[in-house]
Order: sequence, then structure tokens, then C-alpha cells
Amino acid sequence: MDEILEILENDAKISLEKLAEITGYSEREIENYIKKKEDERVILGYKAIIDWEKQGKEDVYAIIDVKVGLNRETGYNNIAKRIARFSEVHSVRLVSGDYDLQIVVKGKNMKEVAFFVAEKISTLPEVRDTNTHFVLRTYKEEGVLLFEDEEDRRLAVAP
Amino acid sequence: MGIRINKKLEEIPPSGIRKFFDLISTRKDIISLGVGEPDFYTPWHIRESIIYSLEKGYTAYTSNWGIYELREAISSYYKKFGVSSSPDDVLITTGVSEGLDITIRGILNPGERVIIPEPCYVSYIPLVKLAYGNPVLVPTSEETGFKIHYEDIVNHSDPPSKAIILGYPSNPTGVTYSKKELEEVADAVIEKDMIVISDEIYAELTYDRRHVSIASLNGMSERVIILNGFSKAHAMTGLRIGYAIAPSDIMEAMLKIHQYCMLCAPVSAQMGAIEALKNGSKEVDKMRNEYNRRRKFFVNRLNDFLSCQMPEGAFYAFPSIRETGLSSESFSEKLLSYGVAVVPGTAFGKTGEGYIRCSYAVSMEKLKIAADRMEEFIGSIARERV
Repeated sequence: MDEILEILENDAKISLEKLAEITGYSEREIENYIKKKEDERVILGYKAIIDWEKQGKEDVYAIIDVKVGLNRETGYNNIAKRIARFSEVHSVRLVSGDYDLQIVVKGKNMKEVAFFVAEKISTLPEVRDTNTHFVLRTYKEEGVLLFEDEEDRRLAVAP
Repeated sequence: MGIRINKKLEEIPPSGIRKFFDLISTRKDIISLGVGEPDFYTPWHIRESIIYSLEKGYTAYTSNWGIYELREAISSYYKKFGVSSSPDDVLITTGVSEGLDITIRGILNPGERVIIPEPCYVSYIPLVKLAYGNPVLVPTSEETGFKIHYEDIVNHSDPPSKAIILGYPSNPTGVTYSKKELEEVADAVIEKDMIVISDEIYAELTYDRRHVSIASLNGMSERVIILNGFSKAHAMTGLRIGYAIAPSDIMEAMLKIHQYCMLCAPVSAQMGAIEALKNGSKEVDKMRNEYNRRRKFFVNRLNDFLSCQMPEGAFYAFPSIRETGLSSESFSEKLLSYGVAVVPGTAFGKTGEGYIRCSYAVSMEKLKIAADRMEEFIGSIARERV
């Protein structure tokens, strides 16, 4: 039944009726399955992907590289969870490379984001270094292109 | 001035599809299920490699045969359908359309007969006629799964035919053949000493099981010309790129025609095709999965108000409209006023009467609306008849 999850991942708004027609399971079976996966927290939520720039809302996103120092009491998990709990923080990932954590922070303007990093992240005792990249434009989000330069050029009827 | 046009062309009617094209072009709100090509764009990695090849200056002729690397890739790709061949058996053509033409012209002498099961793809009959051959049309029906069987071939072999054209999965019916059914066809072909022209352009779009090529069966590789290409599996229709795998004597004949009428397939498309075979299988799987979802959704919906067998391949549903009492053509014309375009089954031969071809190479949203509109149309016919 993985197929149901694959379909939902691309179209969370699809109706039970349509899912049933596509997959051959009954609506009841699908409903139960989805409920189960929600309970198991395999399905974590349903969200819309919004091009806020197009909507004219000037939210600011920044990608922040964070280098941390570990000690006997504190591992990556502790620090990452601590950072993740801030509502300003959009995502947190442990990554390979020069830095340890990569976080995405959302704010109303550059100042708000910069001060959040300076006051809340940099001041954590384990944080050794941060490097802030403000996002200037997004071209692709969650697998969706945010630009449209292709159109259906097919003829209306073809053999 | 005398008659300036080849008399042969008088026997060939204009394409039945053309008329609908002209009708639809005038209306914007119509959802067209009449399109015989993928609605996906050519995957970006393929387009990108074509762009790169242009930057590098790949704009000259290639060998008549096509680029060797591509022929190698095709030869090893076809192993997955049970066919072993060498790159030397592969000719790169400008789409299956060219492959079909040079095959037919390569094997036929004037007056020789070719068995064609109907309904069939629109070009089979005209190409045989243009080669001064005689098409022997063998009707197939829904009752026998729109497939040709051993007896059909034997019963139509007096006088004998030189070849049979088999398109599977089929445009327009979506039907394909299992290994067992192909073995039955092969028995008749061997018994009657025929050649098979095997149009496998929809091979990758086979659902629920893997495509089997008739060339993979015992003793058949010497009798089969495989025609395939990149249009459907890799959404590359306008790039015009296909290939033929044929026994050496037939290949020699085909190459003779190809080198004079085509010279070589477009080099940019050949470069894209190399990339498609190297790195394209994931995209093919993705597209096949999506077509498969649409197939189940749409055919289930069709069966709410018409009767339609579940197609096994390609991206066409071929529902019966007999219940409505309308001819295929008038059904299709009237349906237009409900905002849906389909192709009347008669565009694919007389036996297509009573059917329409609906392409589900259309987004799920559009398919849903199209099905609703069709249901409304059927409802209105039913009310009129009461």
C-alpha cells in the first residue's frame, strides 16, 4: 500500500474516492490505512507549497550553517533538538562537511533573522561558529518548480 | 497538362484524424483525449544532453547506420525483452514511421500481400499501398480481445502473404500479446513462411507484466523486424528518433532505402537517445506509474456509463459506444459539444465502428472532468431515447 503514500506525497488533497479508483482498494480500507499511518506518524502532516514572493509577502528565509562543539554530556541530538524547538526555525538537519548542522530560519525581515541568530543560536554554549546565507530567490521547493516556462505545445489530435 | 499526381494516392483517403483536428482547433474549452503522445515533457536530463551536444558542435551527419554508441546501447537494452542482437543488427531511423516505411518497401514486390489485423495504427495500410503491396485486412473483435489468432492468419493465407504487421501494445486498442499468444501467432507465421513487422513502440508502457517481443521466441529472430523508438517511453515524439533491429538480408535492403531517403536520423535526437538509454529508466518508471494510475482511474470511470476492457498497454482506452446507437463518428462529433474530443474508432479501420479511442496521456484533473462530461453526454442520449 506504499502506493497510497506515494500518491499522497504528490497530492495530499486527492479524494478517497479517486484514490480508491486508482489503487483498487476500497475507500474504507484506504481511510483506515491513512488513519493508521497518521497515528504511526509516518504521515506527519499536510501542507500547501506557497510561492510567498508571488503573493507579495516579504518573508525572509536564511540558511544557517552551525558548527558545534560536543562534550560528554551533549551530543548532536541534544543541540539539534534544542534548536529545532524555536518556532522561528523552519528545519534542522545534521550534515556532513565543514559545518555540523544546517538550519533554515524564517523571519519578517533580515534584521529579525539576524538578531534571532545572534541572540538565540550563537549564544548556545555548544555553538562554535555560524554562517548565515539569506535566501534571495527560490527556484524549486519540495520538488515543485516555482517558475513556468513550458507550455503544452501538443497538437489537439494526433495519431 | 496531364495528371500530375501519383495515381496510387487516389486509393489512400486523407487521415480520419485530420478532420477532428480542424474541428477542435476552433475551440479552446475542449479537453482533448485525442492526443497520441505523452503529456510529459522530455525529461530534463535528456534535453540538457541535447543542448550540450549542440554546444559541442554535434550538428553534422552521422553514419547512415546512426551513432555506434547508440546502436550498442539499443542492442543491449533489447535483452530485457528477451532478444539478443549485435549492434550491427541495429539501424537508427527517423522515428518508427520511417522504420515502417523502409521495412515495407525493403521487403515488398508489387502485388505482394501483407496481413494487417484491424483496428490498427493509421499508417500501416497507406504505407503498404504506397509500396504497391496489397493489405489483407483481418478484422479482430472485442470478443477475441482485439487480437489476431492462429486460425485468422491461416484462414487469410490463400493466396499467401509475405508479411504481417503486428503492433503491440496496440494503438488504438491498448491490447497487447502474452508470450503464449505470440507463440500461437509465431506458429502460423512459420507454417506460412512469413515475415513479422513488429511495431513495439509502446513496449515500455506495458502494465502488470513485462513486454515480450515476438523476436525472442524460438526460431523467430530470422523472421522479425523489430521497430521501436524513444517517442513514447521517453516522451520524445517531436525529436523523431527510432530504430529497427532486423535480420541481415532485410537490414541491407532497408539500409539502401534509408541512405537515399533519410541519410541519417537527426544527430541531436541521437545524442538525446543515448542519454535516454543510459540514465532514463527512472523517468520511464515514473511516467509508466502515472499512466497506470490514470488508466485504472479512467477505465473504471468509463465503465460507469460505457463498456470498456482494461487496456494492457500504451495509453489508450477503447470503449464500446454501441449501446448509444450512434456511429463512432457522430458520437465523437456530438461529444465535442460537451467539451471532450476523442477519435472515432473508424479512423483505425472499419472494425473500429462502435468504438472510440480515448488517450489518457492527459492530467488526472482533466481526465476527471472529461469523464464527468462524457457521463453527462451519455445521460442526455439515454434521456432522448426514452
